[in-house]
Amino acid sequence: MSDNSIDVTLDCSGMLCPMPVIKTKRAIKEMEIGQNLEMISTDPGAMPDMAAWSRQTKHDLLESEDQGGSYRFLIKKTH
Amino acid sequence: MKDENRVRKLALISSQGTLDWAYPPFILASAAAAMDWEVKIFFTFYGLPLLKEKIDANVSPAGNPAMPMKMPFGSKGFQSINWPIPNVISNNIPGFESVATGLMKKTFKKKGVATVQELRDMCVEMDVTMIGCQMTMDVFGFDKKDFIEHAEIGGAATFLEFAADADVSLFV
Repeated sequence: MSDNSIDVTLDCSGMLCPMPVIKTKRAIKEMEIGQNLEMISTDPGAMPDMAAWSRQTKHDLLESEDQGGSYRFLIKKTH
Repeated sequence: MKDENRVRKLALISSQGTLDWAYPPFILASAAAAMDWEVKIFFTFYGLPLLKEKIDANVSPAGNPAMPMKMPFGSKGFQSINWPIPNVISNNIPGFESVATGLMKKTFKKKGVATVQELRDMCVEMDVTMIGCQMTMDVFGFDKKDFIEHAEIGGAATFLEFAADADVSLFV
C-alpha cells in the first residue's frame, strides 16, 4: 500500500466557497489518523483555500492538482 | 511571538440584516470553524434578526447602486448582461426588492452557494458561539425565545473580552 493511497473520497463538485473546506473538515473528522482523503472540487478558489486550510489545521496536503476545470486534493489526517 | 500551536480566534460583529450583508459573517465564521478556530459572532442592530429561527433576509438595490442586476437563466452571454436599471425604477417600483431578492437567491443557488440558513446551521454544528446584543433586543423588542436555541445573550463587554484576545476581529 502506497502512502498516497485513497481511503475516503469526497466530491465537492458544483459547490462554492466555503463549502469545500467545511465538507473537508467534516470528512476528516470522521476518519482515522493516518488515513488519506481525496477531495474533488470545481471551485477554482479551492486551490489556494485548501492550501491555507491544511496549513491552519496542520493536516498534510499531499497532492494538489489542477485537472482543467476540476481540482483534486489528497489530504492526510495527521491528528 | 505567537505560539503556532495555540487555537486561533475570530471575533465578528454582524450589524446588517440584508441578504447580501448576512453572508460575510456566516461564510467567515464557518470557514474559520472548519480550520479549527474558535469563533464568536456578536449580532447587533440589524444583524440581530439573523438569530431568528427562520431567516427572512432580503436584499435591496436601494443604497447599493453598484449591485449587478443579472438574470439567473438563459445562455451564458445572457446571464452575463448587467441590466441597466435606473434608480428611479429600482427604488420606487413596488415589489422591486422582492424581485432583486429572488434573483439573488436563484443565482446563488444555481452557482452552488449555500443559503444563509445552511451556513448558519453549519456554524451551529461546528459550535460557533452566537451572541445576541441585549441592548438591541430591548430596543427592537426581541426576546431570547425568538432566537435559535444555540444563541446566547450578551453586551459590549462580553464581545470585547473575547475580541481582546482574538487574532482577527471584523465589523460587518
